[in-house]
Amino acid sequence: MSVQMPNAPEYREGRSEIAKQRQARASIWNWPIILQATIDSVKKLNPLHLLGNPVMLVVEIGALVTTVLWLDIAFGDRAEGGFFTAAVSVWLWFTVLFANFAEAMAEGRGKAQANTLRAMKRDTMARRDRDGRIEEVPSSELRIGDIVRVEAGEIIPGDGDVIEGVAYVSEAAITGESAPVIKEPGTDIRTSVTGGTTVTSDWLRVRISANPGETFLDRMIALVEGAQRQKTPNEIALNILLATFTIIFLLAVGTVRPFAQYVGGDVTTTALVALLVCLIPTTIGGLLSAIGIAGMDRMVQRNVLAMSGKAVETAGDIDTLLLDKTGTITFGNRLAAEFIPVGDHSEKEIATAALQSSLADETPEGKSIVDLAHRLGYNGVGADPRAELIPFTAETRMSGMALDGHRIMKGAVDAVSKLATNIPADLETVSTRIAMAGGTPLAVVDNAEVLGVIYLKDTVKPGIKAKFEEMRRAGIRTVMITGDNKLTAATIAAEAGVDDFVAEAKPEDKMQLIRDEQALGRLVAMTGDGTNDAPALAQADVGVAMNSGTAAAKEAANMVDLDSDPTKLMDVVAVGKQMLMTRGSLTTFSIANDVSKYFAIIPAMFIGIYPQLDKMNVMRLSTPESAILSAVIFNALIIILLVPLALRGVAYRAAPAADILRGNLLIYGVGGLIAPFIGIKLIDMLLVLLQLD
Amino acid sequence: MTIFGVLHILLFFFVVLALTKPLGAYMHAVFEGEGILSKKVFGPVERVIFRVFFVDAKVEMDWKRYALSMIMFSAVSMLAVYTILRAQGDLPLNPQDLPGTTPHLAFNTAASFTSNTNWQSYGGETTMSYFSQMVALTVQNFVSAAVGIAVVLVLIRGFTRKSTSDLGNFWVDLTRCTLWILLPMSSILALLLVSQGVIQNFDSYKEITTVEGAKQIFAMGPAASQIAIKQLGTNGGGFFNANSAVPFENPTPFSNFLEAVSIILIPAGLTYTFGKMVGSTRQGWAVFAAMSVIFLAGTFFVYNAEQTGNPTLDDLGVSQSYETGDLASSGGNMEGKEIRFGIADSAIWAVSTTGASNGSVNSMHDSYTPLGGLIPMFNMHLGEVVFGGVGSGLYGMLVFAIISVFIAGLMIGRTPEYLGKKIGPKEMKLAGIYFLTTSAMMLLLTAVAVSVDQGKVGPLNAGAHGYSEILYAFTSAGANNGSAFGGLTANTEFYNTALGISMLVCRFVPMIAILALAGALANKQKVPTTAGTLPTDSPLFVGFLVGVVIIVGGLTFFPALTLGPIVEHFLVNAGILS
Repeated sequence: MSVQMPNAPEYREGRSEIAKQRQARASIWNWPIILQATIDSVKKLNPLHLLGNPVMLVVEIGALVTTVLWLDIAFGDRAEGGFFTAAVSVWLWFTVLFANFAEAMAEGRGKAQANTLRAMKRDTMARRDRDGRIEEVPSSELRIGDIVRVEAGEIIPGDGDVIEGVAYVSEAAITGESAPVIKEPGTDIRTSVTGGTTVTSDWLRVRISANPGETFLDRMIALVEGAQRQKTPNEIALNILLATFTIIFLLAVGTVRPFAQYVGGDVTTTALVALLVCLIPTTIGGLLSAIGIAGMDRMVQRNVLAMSGKAVETAGDIDTLLLDKTGTITFGNRLAAEFIPVGDHSEKEIATAALQSSLADETPEGKSIVDLAHRLGYNGVGADPRAELIPFTAETRMSGMALDGHRIMKGAVDAVSKLATNIPADLETVSTRIAMAGGTPLAVVDNAEVLGVIYLKDTVKPGIKAKFEEMRRAGIRTVMITGDNKLTAATIAAEAGVDDFVAEAKPEDKMQLIRDEQALGRLVAMTGDGTNDAPALAQADVGVAMNSGTAAAKEAANMVDLDSDPTKLMDVVAVGKQMLMTRGSLTTFSIANDVSKYFAIIPAMFIGIYPQLDKMNVMRLSTPESAILSAVIFNALIIILLVPLALRGVAYRAAPAADILRGNLLIYGVGGLIAPFIGIKLIDMLLVLLQLD
Repeated sequence: MTIFGVLHILLFFFVVLALTKPLGAYMHAVFEGEGILSKKVFGPVERVIFRVFFVDAKVEMDWKRYALSMIMFSAVSMLAVYTILRAQGDLPLNPQDLPGTTPHLAFNTAASFTSNTNWQSYGGETTMSYFSQMVALTVQNFVSAAVGIAVVLVLIRGFTRKSTSDLGNFWVDLTRCTLWILLPMSSILALLLVSQGVIQNFDSYKEITTVEGAKQIFAMGPAASQIAIKQLGTNGGGFFNANSAVPFENPTPFSNFLEAVSIILIPAGLTYTFGKMVGSTRQGWAVFAAMSVIFLAGTFFVYNAEQTGNPTLDDLGVSQSYETGDLASSGGNMEGKEIRFGIADSAIWAVSTTGASNGSVNSMHDSYTPLGGLIPMFNMHLGEVVFGGVGSGLYGMLVFAIISVFIAGLMIGRTPEYLGKKIGPKEMKLAGIYFLTTSAMMLLLTAVAVSVDQGKVGPLNAGAHGYSEILYAFTSAGANNGSAFGGLTANTEFYNTALGISMLVCRFVPMIAILALAGALANKQKVPTTAGTLPTDSPLFVGFLVGVVIIVGGLTFFPALTLGPIVEHFLVNAGILS
């Protein structure tokens, strides 16, 4: 199993225009989207649309009731309470509109993504190969199994696998990556091509693997548009909780009138509707679907396509991360880590010799030797044009250069030893030690004199240890999988700071490992790209396929990483957690808000019956009408104020659960108790100032 | 508040605290069939009983079968009580020749005792024969309590077991609970009570000439045996009309202490049993802590309100402060309270009896100050989870824990889990049914009662206080408490029927929801605990749980309470007596 090189920094800088656009859309203040969302929020007033959202449905019915009451007052002969009822009605409609706006904003951002994708879904002409006979057909007529030929400069007409030819393909349209990638048949990671990408050199013969409408691009568009968005289990559970609260408050408010009448008074329907709307969890009810859509959207911003919202949610729950060593934890190629002199030679001698022999060497190993020498302070004179390069061959298993009678060679220890007349005694021990630690020893010889050994090491990516440390704090176990021997694996595992590792692993071991973890009740996430990864990707709770991987791997996974960066798994987990945290925090905020609303509305409502209840008016709101209106206005405004939070998600940091809970409880729980007292009072003061009370 | 009162409340709490672990451990051994006593003594006796009743103790039931057994058992029990009460005139042990009761009273009482409510629309000594008290009512005091404990056992098994539908055997749980927990404990308590002067006889009522030469009739009967279980089983149905305020039921401060501790003893012990069963006693102590916080806060609040007394009297120049010496006075509001118990003991009892689903009283809650009377009502509105009914208090608190975990779990960025079980849509639906049933019955039936003529004639007082009396009655029935605020004439066809229905619905619908919840949980995998798991045994979570209990309960009943006790409080402070 092999993994593509991860995105080195220089690649990222070469991001295409599309990637920049994608970043730009992450900003909340995108005026065209806001305008469209405003229009959509009116369209969403259709009660049928609100059927799936019991909380907002109740608000809309409430708004209808007060509007009818107002019309009754306005066109009837009653003069009392007209302005108050009208004002409450208007703000109840705003409450629904604001909630609709939140959803429309989230959808709008998704749609904008989809539009860029759709732009590349042009209907192209394809050259179909029917038993050697080439015919031109529109790409929409291609079916699974058709074979097409694509030339340089042409768009690949559909998803498929390369069966012949080697060519560069630009996938910028999908991944935002400007550097073209090579495609050829018969490999795990370079064989599958995506419809809509462009062949930039040579030609390819491709076997189509998806019918029109079912291609990767089609699925992607549907996903980011939220067209097929299904509620996730947790969203359903939360909706049930919110519905329960709504029914409880319907009961609490619905029984107020008989109680009030029994004690010899009455309350207005407008006040009751206002109380009900303020109590039911409109903040979370109005923002819930926006949070879900935005969660998917944040995945897309990170160039990860989640096949379902459930997958994003599950990502937040992951207990175990299964990581391939090569490409994920280490760079996958061996880099020089140390110069070890042998015999009576010094480090300087071997370092200088190694530097000279590598100056013209363009392989990663060669470059890393130059780097290391420079880092250690050995500065060569630069490549001498007179030097004669001796290239690496499979036969000699060494490479080097000749200059001024010196022949400096580096290569496998046994191969290089043959050149030497005198083998220092410690060469054997040094190279064995390196091999045992998982490294590769390269011997360096000057003519017949062995100078020392270059320690080539599989280098752990910088910063990865900190990331794993973060995972551990969040309670996530990291398990490294490698085909290396146990000793090598242990060295890398210790260096990278993973919790556990499996050495000498065969592809099928991955499957077993996932099953074992799941049997303990753990949720497992993994990345993969090869066809032999497909079963494990399907078995894992979150399987992230690399976009460079085979169609089978992408099919089995529930997420695809367009950047093909295996470390992205950790971002995926963070996005999942963030989505859940946003839901929980806003639910807490919503419920905590109710306390202040009671203190605003209850005294105002009953003060006509019992003037003594004025003592409960702790905010000293000016009149009963302004008290109720202020609560309703606050309730509506808080939705719109929290839209950016819903779209961005609450801040996530990797920390133990108790710390996160304490932090969020303080902000959204205690904050949710206090903030509305201040907000309602301010609105009341403003109403008095504007003489609207 | 006086120092003696405060110390008394603390002493009470620490005695309960000290008994929680040993009792909890004992109950754990009984339920799990562990320990020498279980193996050598209980086991052989159980085997004989099971053989006689054709019970195969090894057969495990799924939640549906368990629920069916529980419902069938309760239905037969209710029918038996109804029949005995109706036929009481023709049955033995009836020295006063009391006649059979009316159909609606028999229905109400049968519903009341099988639902562990013990709401009494009747006065014991003037309505019930000794046979009815012993065979109909006391038997239900035992088995209805055992049913409650059985249901919470099933819920705990739902948490501890994984990927199974086996949840235990109803008959085994019922037998063990009755025989090895309730029976021995009430026998001991009954003897202790007799030592204090609680009566236990089959005599006919005694006519006695008082010191003043007047004639007075003293009711007799086998009181001690019934009172012991009515306290321990959170039943609360008094032998006599005035319940534990009557000297023959509760003669001394010591008997009062014993009876008060008995109210919350088993519910408190069950928290420890729960912790042992789920394999972490810390989890049990966390639940205990949450209950204790609300209990102590409520008790001190009531005690303070009652000791402060009525501001109207202060305005009239009447001293309500605590005095010693020649002017010895308890101070505070003593209306409706027994001199031999005083304010602190009354406050402890009022909070215990409503926090737990007991409902026995040693003082009249109707006569409390508005805020003092608010807490007992609010305790019931919270769902009686402050120790709560035997079994029902713990399962109620566990449902609150599930709700708390759901919200708190989301806030830490994981789909919520409690004790290793993921909380999904199904669990939330059942928790929703659990909460909605009682809230809906309490509020809707109160609304009906204040709207129809048959209901309006019930209360003794008018206005806010009359409304409080009705609200209290339906709160008490809905919460399966059984305590009466007083002042309400409830022995009418309307109230007997409405309260009876409420008691049955609010007992058995939530119970079935709990059993279904257990079924759903047991079916699930168990999720391992990691650093990313929300700790549910930390002070932070306990605080959050308390907050959820108070806020959810408070939000639901705030409007209803405003028009009752809260407005009364402001009226009294303004010098208005409605």
